[in-house]
Amino acid sequence: MNEALYARRKRLNALMFALTAVCAAVASGTLLAILGYIAWKGASSLSWDFLLHLPKPVGEKGGGIANSIVGSAKVVGLAGVMGVPVGVLAGVYLAEYGRGKFAFAVRYAADVMNGVPSIVVGLFAYALIVHPMKKFSALSGAVALAFIMIPIVLRNTEEFLRLVPGTIREAALALGVPRWKVTLMVILPTAGRGILTGALLALARVAGETAPLIFTAFGNRFADNGWLNPIATLPHTIYTYAISPYEDWHNQAWAAALILMAFVLLVNVTARVWLRPSSGTSH
Amino acid sequence: MTTTMDMRPMPLPAETTASKDAAEAKIAMSVRNLKAGYAGGAPVLKGVNLEIREKTVTAIIGPSGCGKSTLIRCLNRMHEAIPGATADGEILIGGRNALELDPVVLRRAVGMVFQRPNPFPTMSIAQNVAAGLTLNGVHDRAILAEAVEKSLRRAALWDEVKDKLDAPGVGLSGGQQQRLCIARALAVEPAILLLDEPCSALDPIATGRIEELLIQIKEQLTVVIVTHNMQQAARVSEYTVFMLMGEMVEYGLTRKMFTQPVDKRTEDYITGRFG
Amino acid sequence: MNAAVADRVRKVPGSRERAGDRLFRLIITAFAGIILFAAAALAWQLTRESLGTWKAFGASFLWTSTWDPVNDVFGALPFLYGTAVSSILALLIAVPLGVGAAVFLTELAPKNVAEGLMFAIELLAAVPSVILGLMGIFILVPAMRWAGAPYGVGMLTAGLILALMILPYITTITREVLLTVPRPLKEAMYALGATRWEVVRGVSLPFARSGIIGAVFLSLGRALGETMAVTMVIGNTPRIDFNVLQPGYSMAAVIANELAEAASDAHLSALVAIGLALMGVTVVVNGAARLMIYRLGKRA
Repeated sequence: MNEALYARRKRLNALMFALTAVCAAVASGTLLAILGYIAWKGASSLSWDFLLHLPKPVGEKGGGIANSIVGSAKVVGLAGVMGVPVGVLAGVYLAEYGRGKFAFAVRYAADVMNGVPSIVVGLFAYALIVHPMKKFSALSGAVALAFIMIPIVLRNTEEFLRLVPGTIREAALALGVPRWKVTLMVILPTAGRGILTGALLALARVAGETAPLIFTAFGNRFADNGWLNPIATLPHTIYTYAISPYEDWHNQAWAAALILMAFVLLVNVTARVWLRPSSGTSH
Repeated sequence: MTTTMDMRPMPLPAETTASKDAAEAKIAMSVRNLKAGYAGGAPVLKGVNLEIREKTVTAIIGPSGCGKSTLIRCLNRMHEAIPGATADGEILIGGRNALELDPVVLRRAVGMVFQRPNPFPTMSIAQNVAAGLTLNGVHDRAILAEAVEKSLRRAALWDEVKDKLDAPGVGLSGGQQQRLCIARALAVEPAILLLDEPCSALDPIATGRIEELLIQIKEQLTVVIVTHNMQQAARVSEYTVFMLMGEMVEYGLTRKMFTQPVDKRTEDYITGRFG
Repeated sequence: MNAAVADRVRKVPGSRERAGDRLFRLIITAFAGIILFAAAALAWQLTRESLGTWKAFGASFLWTSTWDPVNDVFGALPFLYGTAVSSILALLIAVPLGVGAAVFLTELAPKNVAEGLMFAIELLAAVPSVILGLMGIFILVPAMRWAGAPYGVGMLTAGLILALMILPYITTITREVLLTVPRPLKEAMYALGATRWEVVRGVSLPFARSGIIGAVFLSLGRALGETMAVTMVIGNTPRIDFNVLQPGYSMAAVIANELAEAASDAHLSALVAIGLALMGVTVVVNGAARLMIYRLGKRA
């Protein structure tokens, strides 16, 4: 064997793997960098006053983001109320009766919905609700977010239902239980943990969505007043504050980002722990 | 009560009539010319005839792929739970053809226990046993508690689990889980209990316990068991059905069949000359 | 007992229970129908609302570059250009990084280290884009200015942020595919005296190719439609400049910036037309991604 060539090949080997290690460090280090930076910038502006008070009039210092937190909870909550049942039940349909052309069309439509950019979903909600009503509203924002949630929840539900062993269904059917009760009261609860976690992850995902809210929920500097009026949301407030010229607002944007990030992280880590195989069902 | 019955024991097919004892017990279920299979596939059952006698244990034996599982699954129409399954013929129960009944109702009268223990993973021991009742709308706590205890006693599991009824059903050992599934099937008070190779996933001791309890519960109901284990058939059953390639080859008293089989193919199988 | 069976069997008329099943099936079919309806409504609304633009400008809307809301003259080319350039830059940065990271995590890192790092990378995908935009404005833009970009904001800046957003997809999918490379294939190569890197190059990466291409298309679909992170750093200037350090604009960004204040129906219609075009492109790109991943599934 040619010694010089072999040494070169070994050097190349070491070099390439060093490069891949750098790639991995960049990819995973970015998250830590982001988290660390947000924590550092955000913590300095974070206080109870910030969480519990309304924004001050433009130009005045101080004030809080209480209305954005409440608004996000309302819009995301309503989106969940609309999106989760549709996603779960349509997922049940696909898992239980999902052969045939209709099911194929539904699956395809869900795939398309899943790939549609969220700004386009916002356009849709705008054309559907805001334009006819001539008014930005919490409702239109929630419809947009529900639209984004549905395909995620649907696919997740179908996957987890398919993981339920056929023997469980057989056991229930053999007891003389009608099929719809078997599905709703035995199969669905068996997959319940996975479906619930999926729904939570979908909520966390849309809680961070800004684009579809810009011209639906629109934002509001005052306390929230009903479903049919403009409403402030956390990500949208971060956006408006970030692109504003005020230093004070920039600091508030960081603090709001810290809250949003904490919520998203909490849900994701909880979901991960919950779905550990060891804590799942024994099947 | 018996006056409402319009069925009399049928004479057994000539070639399988084993003895006069065979006609002693009343008939719980009568299968006539049963054909079954899967859409687009070769037929699995090619016209089976047999009688299941009341308050006895009937064992169905035969090599793998002979159709014994399909046969027992037809008896309470679990066969249909598989997409594309087809079944044709008559399964007479209480004077009506089971294939024309509402399967949900049929299954309450004809219960089933499967090859692998399958307790509901989200339910406790007590909830598992009561599942057939609660899912069908019984919510009276006293009735449920009584049914749970009674069924667990009949399944010979009560003493082992009475202190942990609220523990998850899937936490039990394999043999206990299978007895839990038997208790769950018994709780809906079926007249006939079907068991599809109930011991194939269990160790010999757990198997022994289940065999004992089968011999006990046949005092109250009719038992049909599919087994690939001929010794098990010999131990627990009064009647044995031998299946081969989708046909019923021989049917008769177990002790007769294992000592003097009528058909050459049965003899070959029993003496182990068959795959 | 037999009589009891007979009684029970006779008492029941037969189809009461099946009515419940039928009703249930009807209800969940209706819920599944909502999905079809929603997707159809989306396409229909966007088409209807943008009809004015297509009528007024035809397909030339997509290749003219005057964007003048005051005089109602609209051409979307600068936005198409900005979207394409920023997305391609993102791919150029993220694909090598992601594939490299996946190779490291599959071939070199100990299993528990790899899992920890993967968790961090997957969480990166969960970071809301507005937060990445925030980081972009206050960290990346000054950094770019320091590095010589005239304004800091610009198409390369947007590409960098987008790269961070799609990096998790590329890494995750590539790793999953690399994990399916059959051992015997690799061992055959080792037996010939190949180094680890040569095995990765000669066996693993070619084997994973269609999966990686699928991941690239999937990421491209995400990058094309991403709004916030891009809007916050691309500079929002509707012009076509071949220097990627210069500000640009993207399709999603112009919708985000102008829709709420759209002055005329024609302006609104033009923005919806951009949305429709954006949706069309992402549907095609996502379809291609699914096709690649589906082909991979068939081969495995």
